Amino acid sequence: MNFDFSDDQKSLKDQARKFLADKASSKVTRRVLDDASVSFDEALWRGVAEMGWLGAAIPEEHGGLGLGKLELCVLAEEIGRAVAPIPFSSTVYFFAEALMLAGSDAQKAALLPKVAGGELIGCFAVSEGPGAPTPSSIQAKFENGALSGAKIPVTDGDCASHAVVLAKDGAGLSLVLVDLNQAGVTRTTLKTLDPTRGHAKLEFNNAKAERLGAAGQGWELAEAVLDRAAVLIAFEQLGGSQACLDMAIEYAKERVAFSRPIGSFQAIKHKLADMYVAIEVARSNAYYGAWALSTDAAELPFAAATARAAASDAYHLAAKENIQVHGGMGFTWDVDAHLFYRRAKLLSVQAGSPAVWKEKLVKRLEQRNAA
Amino acid sequence: MDFNDTPEEAQFRAEARAFLEANCKPKGAEVERMVRALKPAEYLKAAKAYQKKKAEAGFAGITWAKEHGGRGLAPIFNVIFGQEEAKFDAPSAAFAIGLGMCLPTVIAFSSEEIKQRYVAKALSGEEIWCQLFSEPGAGSDVAASKTKAVRDGDDWIVNGQKVWTTGAHFSDYGIVLARTNPDVEKHKGLTMFIVDMKAPGVEVRQIHQASGGRDFNEVYFTDVRIKDSHRVGEPGQGWMVALVTLMNERLAVGGSTGPDYPDILNLARTLPGPSGKGTLLQDQAFRQMLADWVVRAEGYKLGKFRTMTALSKGQTPGPESSIGKVINANQLQSITNTAIEMQDHYGIIADDTLSPMDGAFQQGYLWAPGLRIAGGTDEILKNIIAERVLGLPQEQRADKGVAFKDLPTGR
Repeated sequence: MNFDFSDDQKSLKDQARKFLADKASSKVTRRVLDDASVSFDEALWRGVAEMGWLGAAIPEEHGGLGLGKLELCVLAEEIGRAVAPIPFSSTVYFFAEALMLAGSDAQKAALLPKVAGGELIGCFAVSEGPGAPTPSSIQAKFENGALSGAKIPVTDGDCASHAVVLAKDGAGLSLVLVDLNQAGVTRTTLKTLDPTRGHAKLEFNNAKAERLGAAGQGWELAEAVLDRAAVLIAFEQLGGSQACLDMAIEYAKERVAFSRPIGSFQAIKHKLADMYVAIEVARSNAYYGAWALSTDAAELPFAAATARAAASDAYHLAAKENIQVHGGMGFTWDVDAHLFYRRAKLLSVQAGSPAVWKEKLVKRLEQRNAA
Repeated sequence: MDFNDTPEEAQFRAEARAFLEANCKPKGAEVERMVRALKPAEYLKAAKAYQKKKAEAGFAGITWAKEHGGRGLAPIFNVIFGQEEAKFDAPSAAFAIGLGMCLPTVIAFSSEEIKQRYVAKALSGEEIWCQLFSEPGAGSDVAASKTKAVRDGDDWIVNGQKVWTTGAHFSDYGIVLARTNPDVEKHKGLTMFIVDMKAPGVEVRQIHQASGGRDFNEVYFTDVRIKDSHRVGEPGQGWMVALVTLMNERLAVGGSTGPDYPDILNLARTLPGPSGKGTLLQDQAFRQMLADWVVRAEGYKLGKFRTMTALSKGQTPGPESSIGKVINANQLQSITNTAIEMQDHYGIIADDTLSPMDGAFQQGYLWAPGLRIAGGTDEILKNIIAERVLGLPQEQRADKGVAFKDLPTGR
């Protein structure tokens, strides 16, 4: 039994934590939060590129470090802990994963080195309106090498140079690859719950595009990309949840009310213990997802769903109860608790809501039992 | 990351399986029905016979030192044997407390002579042990024990009452926590003893539980004489000794507690949903609940894999394993409650010939409140997590620096 990260992976995690504590303090996150014209922190993005993180899981032949998915998981946990204001998940978990999963040799050779080098910000565009998308709800359309329609919201769509878009293609759906810097693309920045990450509405008007993967396989490919991204996002959620718990513990030890530290009251202790239990459940499920992702196991769809459902619930609990433990202070702009509360909501809906993942989980459980 | 045994672990697992296949039947509803039909005395006889074979084959006291009849292996091997044993109908429950908690305490604190007398007979199943800690006035606050031991020459004379003693009615010996000095703070005036459960003055009465069963006992002590040689640890050290006993509890492998998500999943395939359309398994609200149970059950199972990984590397699990029972007990209550409600009016039937799964959901529903209390209530376990894992300050207490006899509950 070796159900843990290796010493090397743990030391990568320590390095990442130190780097982010230095370069991605909440001051950095707040610069993006407080300035509506800034969609991400460019200095941090460059720093992350120089550390090689953008290409951590990209093969060496495409300019990456060629490390495994487990290394990417530990980085994701630290990025989540730091509430880092950079388009990392869109570029690495979605765009690069989609390319590696479905891209032709030429597409991979053209774009992956740019991702690894920090020259390309990617995004993944599925949603077109309120409610979970279905194969029949998608209206964006790919025809004769051109894409038309609108995607809203697209995380990091305001700063990305390339998008992978789910669109109708003849009778079915396909994933298509679009260069966003062209005349046929209009971007409108969106106001969101989490301004520390950029969001846009992307409108395509006969924009030049090409298929990513086989025609008609769009829905299945999107699901496969989402399964991979779900595990990585679960690690960001885990890092964020743990940061909330750590913050709440620290405050509960220091804050005095009724002449004693509030952490000595059972009402607070039990709240924090509940957070701990939820986070440990999420951690164990996330590790299983990491194992399935790194070994490309047949269990990945099930493992991704359990990891994602557990992590979304844990982060929601940890973020809201962290504010509660902080009392009135926790409801001020200046205390960082709301950064996590905002990010928790983004991460719980951006790759499909908890309800959608719980439904997937049960469906996959039925399939597993039938098999 | 992988889920593989080391070659050494794999070999041990194969040996364990071979032993179990030769001596036990695989778990199953048929076997469980047969076991339920056994009279307690017959069951105990079978259990003792199994334990004897287990000891002879070297699967009792796996982690104990060789000088005590053990095998001197690392805790991971105990976990592996537990995993394999759980797949069989192995009657090992009667020995869990004695071998898991009492005897390790005796080994740690008693004289050579006492160890010679008791350890081997416990290991071979010849003698069964119980643990006498809780009292009517000392449950979560077990250090408030009032059972009194007074020195009389070479003996101690014990008077008082213990409660919730698992297996006292078939035990031969027990370890009992008693107050030997009421003039000092409550944690400092306790002493641990080995008591002969058949000695004059020991009276065992079975408790009729709310669930209907009789698994626990009240034990009354009236002028029970215990030789000073049967004191475990120094006088006044009893609390420290008790903590060692309770710490060993953590290393014990938690088996299954009742129906879990695969069982309600199977049930849901056969029941109509509350909307009247389709099966329960097709009902959206049910599916969301099912997902939550899966997440917790998988999280618990995978958490044990993380503990095993730590054990495999020679680390000792800490108080963080307290979360297991909090998850399990509440999960059992939630799953059984829903399983019963979804059977609608029929769910009230608790009859192993009429109810789905031989009535396991109904039994689990009645058992769950006890599980949330036994071995540390949800609330005490959350205090342990908060104080010992998360490092929060202790609750302010009214009993610090006060002699036991001066506490409101101390007389």
